[in-house]
Amino acid sequence: MEPTSLAFRERAAAALEDPVLRTALSRLESGWQQGRARAVAALPEFELLRDAAVAIKDHVLAHLDFYLDIFERRFREAGGVVHWARDAAEARAIALEICRKAGAKTVTKSKSMVAEEIGLNAFLEANGLRVVETDLGEYIVQLAGEVPSHLVGPAVHMTRERIAELFARHHGGPPKQGSAELVAEARRVLRRRYLEAEVGITGANFLVAETGSIVTVTNEGNAELTQGLPRVHLVITGIEKVVPTVEDAFTLLRLLARSATGQEFAGYTTFLTGPARPDERDGPREMHLILLDNGRSAMVGGRFREMLRCIRCGACMNHCPVYLAAGGHAYGWVYVGPMGAVLTPQFAGLERTWTLPHASTFCGRCQEVCPVRIPLPELMRLWREEAHRRHLPPPTARYGLAAWAFLARRPALYRLATRLAVRGLGLLGRRRGRFSRLPLAAGWTATRDFPAPAGVTFHELWKARQRNRA
Amino acid sequence: MSEARSAIFARLRAGLARPPGSEAEAAAEVARRLAEPRPGPIPARARVAGEERVALFTRMAESVGAEVRRLPEPSAIRPAILDVLRRHNLPARIVRAADPLLDAARLEAEPLLEVRTGVPEEPDPVGLTVALAGIAETGTLLLASASARPTLLAFLPETSIVVLPTAAVVGSYEEAWAGLRGRPGFPPRSVNLITGPSRTGDIPPSIELGAHGPRRLFVLLVDSAALPGR
Amino acid sequence: MPEQPRVALFVTCLVDLFRPAIGLAAAELLEAAGCRVEVPEPQVCCGQPAFNSGDRATTEDLARQTIPALESYDYVVAPSGSCAGMLRVHFPELFDSDPGWKRRAEAVAAKSFELVAFLVDVLGFTDVPGRLEARVTYHDSCSGLRELGIKAQPRKLLGRVAGLELVEMSRPEVCCGFGGTFCVKYPEISTRMVDDKLADAEATGAELLLAGDLGCLLNMAGRAARKGSRLAVRHVAEILAGRLEEPPIAAPREKG
Repeated sequence: MEPTSLAFRERAAAALEDPVLRTALSRLESGWQQGRARAVAALPEFELLRDAAVAIKDHVLAHLDFYLDIFERRFREAGGVVHWARDAAEARAIALEICRKAGAKTVTKSKSMVAEEIGLNAFLEANGLRVVETDLGEYIVQLAGEVPSHLVGPAVHMTRERIAELFARHHGGPPKQGSAELVAEARRVLRRRYLEAEVGITGANFLVAETGSIVTVTNEGNAELTQGLPRVHLVITGIEKVVPTVEDAFTLLRLLARSATGQEFAGYTTFLTGPARPDERDGPREMHLILLDNGRSAMVGGRFREMLRCIRCGACMNHCPVYLAAGGHAYGWVYVGPMGAVLTPQFAGLERTWTLPHASTFCGRCQEVCPVRIPLPELMRLWREEAHRRHLPPPTARYGLAAWAFLARRPALYRLATRLAVRGLGLLGRRRGRFSRLPLAAGWTATRDFPAPAGVTFHELWKARQRNRA
Repeated sequence: MSEARSAIFARLRAGLARPPGSEAEAAAEVARRLAEPRPGPIPARARVAGEERVALFTRMAESVGAEVRRLPEPSAIRPAILDVLRRHNLPARIVRAADPLLDAARLEAEPLLEVRTGVPEEPDPVGLTVALAGIAETGTLLLASASARPTLLAFLPETSIVVLPTAAVVGSYEEAWAGLRGRPGFPPRSVNLITGPSRTGDIPPSIELGAHGPRRLFVLLVDSAALPGR
Repeated sequence: MPEQPRVALFVTCLVDLFRPAIGLAAAELLEAAGCRVEVPEPQVCCGQPAFNSGDRATTEDLARQTIPALESYDYVVAPSGSCAGMLRVHFPELFDSDPGWKRRAEAVAAKSFELVAFLVDVLGFTDVPGRLEARVTYHDSCSGLRELGIKAQPRKLLGRVAGLELVEMSRPEVCCGFGGTFCVKYPEISTRMVDDKLADAEATGAELLLAGDLGCLLNMAGRAARKGSRLAVRHVAEILAGRLEEPPIAAPREKG
């Protein structure tokens, strides 16, 4: 999917006027924000768990080559097949090949951000496959032909009425009224697809090196039906998902649901180790795993390596005032909110996405709630440095900054210039005490008044004060 | 060895830029860590024992919408199941796991019940299986797949009934996992940690049950039952 | 601690240009606490505008210009959480590859403080001269709160102002939408954020909205004035020092 992040500001402005989106985003605040706060308050060990999680992730990332090698071996010993993909195109081709070999006509999918990242659905569909999202939020978004607007709740931006209308259009029959009815309808329709699918595609929240296991986490149970019914199970995930042991996975799992929605634990957390054993009567006969790089290996050992700690909980966006104002679609790609502002330039190129790390006040709330303490504002600032080096922001901002920097480096000149400016502005603004219009400051004065300076600088006043006291 | 794999590993090693000669030490550190899996911080809440632990398990499971009953012995399983089906107006057709504890319940002898052992199919309405552990920390059930215990029993039917020996209730996830070690075929192909029935918040305004997995979850704690068999 | 600590007042560029009374209030508070206050030259700016715009080179140049001016003092105090955060947290980070400058930056960082945190945490001073009969509410500026842990200190001092009633907003810690150049680059989002903040402040019934950062205050006062809000906006130092000759920020000079 091509990023449209350069239009962030316009999209955000439109989102601010959309009453449906405003209601949806305010629900995030009262639901998941407060949920997390309650869950954290109820667990005295929360900070200790965070420290342990950071240590686990940093250790793995510093030894990622070893852990991937060991994981691969164990996964294969358990009967799974590992495929490596350098980029999105390679991953898509491998997935298609696996589906073709399985004679697949219908493919079910449980939520995978990596699959979104590589544009898997559109590719498979273009090659004649029917792809059915099973996570209810993803299914709704799929019916609408849209992209997810949130990491954990892809359809948060939609009303029940819109969902009912979508279901009626795609399933037939009149639009249902209540959420219970709609869920029951989705369950019925998707149950047929689960049973038809020849291949089930899932992501993986974690990969456990010790056992060669993958871990899936859902509330709906769709991952278990997606991988448990078809003959072939295909997992697609990023190389950074490895953790050393099952115990390490438990540490991270204790943080995941609490950070995401405020639940103590997700409804269904499943450790899968290989396809069905020879004597088992249910389960997939084949299990494939595509390990995707797509820019992750370049981050290991680099300035952005801490971003690889991310466990995709969504806490950062739930607490970000910019995300809560703009909604997910304004970000223009797969990953949204603060984590999206750091990952999107890495995966989709800074030239088309530099607006995202700039759309932040650096309030720091994201870092405060991140279970693995990713210094998100600092990483966004690093992208701003890169954008500055490449001259990506518009020239007017650059010239303004350069002019200011010229003066700031010359204190004597700065003093003179500011004294004059302040004197002038002070005189102009003396009567009203403020300006409703100022040249070069339209971004401010469109909606705010600008206070008139007092007419003298502090330095002048101070010198006078010290003279008087001497 | 695929070209992609080599390229990815080459990039990783270049990025990590280990000082020459430190490779062996790094490998040793990894080996050490994997040889002795150690738990991270385990919440104090999980460190209860005895009746307190069972009470915590029950309370936590109920708080996420599971219905928990405590039975004195396996022979009480059959009447408990009949009661559950009757009260919730559910069809008296069950697919069950081939587990000794469920064998001991002698469900097949019940004329009002239609019971099959094996893999559930659509539209089997009720799945009955056993859990290997209950985790008091969050009211979570640990189920493990086996030829006798198809995973789908806890996922395909709309109603899931899970039998759990009370003695198998532990405090933390780590304890439950440790209980799996030493069993033949460790680790099991599928280990499900189940906390309540299936739910979704994707259709506003309320959380709804039964999105894909079971709409109803009943947990039958059986006091005098031995720990689950292999 | 020396008998009479020599404190360099880092007045901040916004205070210098747009509301010098805050600088005077800060100096008065420090003197009341027993410090000898000086305003060393050259001080122009902590470099945040360049830093947050990704202009690392200018940021380092300004830091190299600023550090020598400050390093001979016992303490450096700024009436701004974001500027103090720049000195305390970010200056040392700028010089990871330059050990000499890093040492000097760390030395300055270690003795740099935001004003209210300095008074309470370092000097243990709470005997503020201000008195005011008013109901006020306090906005926690982001840098001060999250980089420097400023939360209890301003409330402690405001509690010592005779006649003052402090009422908390429902969300005092949510960003006001200033964010430096963010407010002019993404004005629609910024305006929504400041509107939410003002609504929260008005709902407390407070007549006066306070904070410790002039950037936040200019943003909140400017929007309040445009909307004709009843709220008056001041820097917390003005209240603590009892320096109320200036009208509130962006208030009309003529009443009416």
